[in-house]
Amino acid sequence: MTAVAQPLPAARRPKRMTPARWGLYAFIFITALYFLLPLYVMVVTSLKPMAEIRQGNLLALPVAPSIDAWVKAWTSACTGLTCQGIKIGFLNSLRILVPSVVISILVGSLTGYALSLWRVRGANILFGTMMVVAFIPYQVFIYPLVRVFSFTGLGQSLSTIVIIHTIFGLPTMTLLFRNYFASLPVELFKAARVDGAGFYQIYALIMMPMAIPMIVVAVILQTTGIWNDFILGLVFAGRDNLPMTVQLNNIVNSTQGERAYNVDMAATLLTALLPLAVYFGSGRWFVRGIAAGAVKG
Amino acid sequence: MQKSNVDIRSLQIGFGGLKVLENLDLHVGASEFLVLLGPSGCGKSTLLNAIAGLIDVRGGEIHVGGRDVTWAEPKDRGIAMVFQSYALYPRMSVRRNMSFGLTVAGTPRDEIERRVGEAAQMLRLTSLLDRRPSELSGGQRQRVAIGRALVRHAGVYLFDEPLSNLDAQLRAELRVEIKRLHARLGATMIYVTHDQIEALTLADRIAVMQGGVIQQLDTPKKIYREPVNRFVASFVGSPAMNFIPGQLARGSEVAFIAGVNRVSLNGYAFRSQPTDAPAVLGIRPEHIELTASNDPSAVSARVEMVEPMGADTLIWCRLADSTAFSFRHDADAQVRVGDTLNVRFPAEALSLFDETSGQRL
Amino acid sequence: MRLSLNSRLSAISALLPALLVMLVVYIGATSWTVWMSLTNSRMLPNNNFVGLRQYEMLLGNDRWITSVHNIVIYGLLFVSLALLVGFLLAVAIDQRVRAEDTIRSIFLYPYSMSFVVTGLVWQWLLNPTLGIQHVLRSWGFEGATFDWIVRPETAIYCLVIAGVWQASGLVMAIMLAGLRGVDDEIWKAARVDGLPKWRVYVSIIIPMMGASFATAAVLLSTGVVRLYDLSVAMTNGGPGIASEVPAKFVMDHLFERANIGLATAAATTMLITVIAVVAPYLYWRARKGEVR
Repeated sequence: MTAVAQPLPAARRPKRMTPARWGLYAFIFITALYFLLPLYVMVVTSLKPMAEIRQGNLLALPVAPSIDAWVKAWTSACTGLTCQGIKIGFLNSLRILVPSVVISILVGSLTGYALSLWRVRGANILFGTMMVVAFIPYQVFIYPLVRVFSFTGLGQSLSTIVIIHTIFGLPTMTLLFRNYFASLPVELFKAARVDGAGFYQIYALIMMPMAIPMIVVAVILQTTGIWNDFILGLVFAGRDNLPMTVQLNNIVNSTQGERAYNVDMAATLLTALLPLAVYFGSGRWFVRGIAAGAVKG
Repeated sequence: MQKSNVDIRSLQIGFGGLKVLENLDLHVGASEFLVLLGPSGCGKSTLLNAIAGLIDVRGGEIHVGGRDVTWAEPKDRGIAMVFQSYALYPRMSVRRNMSFGLTVAGTPRDEIERRVGEAAQMLRLTSLLDRRPSELSGGQRQRVAIGRALVRHAGVYLFDEPLSNLDAQLRAELRVEIKRLHARLGATMIYVTHDQIEALTLADRIAVMQGGVIQQLDTPKKIYREPVNRFVASFVGSPAMNFIPGQLARGSEVAFIAGVNRVSLNGYAFRSQPTDAPAVLGIRPEHIELTASNDPSAVSARVEMVEPMGADTLIWCRLADSTAFSFRHDADAQVRVGDTLNVRFPAEALSLFDETSGQRL
Repeated sequence: MRLSLNSRLSAISALLPALLVMLVVYIGATSWTVWMSLTNSRMLPNNNFVGLRQYEMLLGNDRWITSVHNIVIYGLLFVSLALLVGFLLAVAIDQRVRAEDTIRSIFLYPYSMSFVVTGLVWQWLLNPTLGIQHVLRSWGFEGATFDWIVRPETAIYCLVIAGVWQASGLVMAIMLAGLRGVDDEIWKAARVDGLPKWRVYVSIIIPMMGASFATAAVLLSTGVVRLYDLSVAMTNGGPGIASEVPAKFVMDHLFERANIGLATAAATTMLITVIAVVAPYLYWRARKGEVR
């Protein structure tokens, strides 16, 4: 009785693009511009000569695009005392990245495995503490850790920074693998026990091969995280191993005289290249990584 | 309360290149209880969602209460709907769940209260009105979902498999409740299910669907007794209808020949003039009768398995040509595996299907 | 299942690294930091107990007060804006828009970039001589001013702009997962009820998404307390001390200003703040887990 009293609605197919739909696309378009603007500006600035940057418009396409700034950023930009470009930082970051990713995933998966499938006394306390610690700022631990490492003789070195990344990656990696292993059917684990496999055999031969999706997620998560790290590299890597982010900041923020914005932007893009490649190359895996990392706690 | 009829004319629905419904016609009378029955993927839910206006159609028309609502918004169609997963708004109380649509439509407060109170009383929800959906059992949740539909005082009520998330006992209880509701309100109801018991018990008419096509639209009794093709025959009825392949033979009287066995078809209502052609005989387990060995129409079969089902017993037999069939007998039948029985297939309870087309003969 | 001695030893050996980290880093380092904050350590740690004197000094320290003031402004604006933008983006994408994957990639890619990169790009964009202000003026808006980054009272808002740009995509991803988890039949029921879309979001969907909002808010908030790289790269705390933040305060006093007592007092204050935010959240999640 309510609906029938109303005038008859037009029995016509509605238009596909309603005003609301237009508004929606306008909103998406405008926000997309805000999100894309920095990337665009980075690219065009890095391709312009300085004269054009000073006179022209930030948003204008380069009149005479050149990759000089890229070459300079890579080979001869000054990072404080030396002028060997950002390639030094790139190589340092790679040397830090590879062992850190491998070791942190090994330790994290082993811890997650032990905590999920094997009943060890105090496991919950250990896990709970890890979850709280995952949220605590590094500033709380940093000074004592510096002292501990100088006491052990490692000081600031490649080994130190790898250990540090392993330590601070541990909570997330453990959580990731613990939750994954806990979601597997327990029967699998029991069958392996009945077949006589031991602790490490089950881990290496049964669990890890099954956890390949999680390993991919973990590699993505750790690669972007470690590559993007600034503070830990600054404090623990030592002068000879400073990662790319630190070198980049030195190039941009400590140059004397007139700033070469094109070189700055080229160096910035170079630094962002690997995470961007990981992001665009991994597609939905990156989102999965975020989702997995987001359930911290 | 308004009671609308529903008229669907050459409806076409598709997703991408997939055609789900093609040129479907259906008329549902005012106050009728129509059940759309079929296996999953047959298009029954699609049809219901199209009536509700929840999916766009490609062609054809939908009329509710005489109005063309093909392109009207769901809220303007004079319909209400009950969903399989209940679809209750989790953060709202039962009362608010039921009243929310009316509030948004700007119905006066006292009218809302009256309708919610009435529906709550009808569904025995009065004491639960201030609870959250998470504090209710499955059966209570589905009653709230029904209540939310009732307060709309719609011309047509649509049910999308409303009981399939419930356990068997609750399902039976709520089935009765829905039937009582229909009797009391006399409202038009269209009800989608894959459960033939629900269909047979609730419906005034059943539309059996398969592959996006209504195979048969008839009263439950007709559907059960005179299925128009082998699909309907096999889908409706549990335990399922028996099918025996064979041959029609016209002699002094028309008969069905299966190997050494001969079944007289005297009394079978043929739809068209029978020919001597391969055919499939269908008979429901409860229509097979035990008979004496000297009965000329007796068929002998060996007992392979006996399934006591409480009220009666299902006996699985095999004919000499190794065709298997089952029949129902009363619970105290003294039958053992390995026995040889004589049974007869009464012509008036049979269904005959064309071997190739599967259509009823 | 009973474990043999052998496998029990194996399990314990596997947990040794984690155990070591817990004892040395979590418990050891934290306690040492807290202890040092109660001493008058300067360039090297000592054990001269001075009670809460460092905390008193902290409260009288302009730089610290500015840092705290900044982080509160940044935190409130950053968290609420990122939640708002992220939620709106998720809702927009949830409307079955075309090219969904591309649009999602555009919104999320900044999250893959480091704070250093983010800070440097936005430093360049907000540069008054050549950046956005220059563009606006060259378009004929002669009077346009957008020089927030060089003005002490507005520099912190520049960090907010960059931070929101970097993190909104994360919120969007979390919210989109939440929205996609809403039962389709809820939407159908709402349409049959004739609810306008905005009403469904406000009255039904947002209340259902409490967990998504909480997760996103906690993740963003912990990022707030950690804020360091962005401030270093974008403004280096400047102009003057206008965009200093607590994490930078700690680092500067540890490694440049040789005032370990004060630095650790600041770090301890950060620790307490984080625990005050995170502990209830973790407790709530654990409780929820049990109920389920």
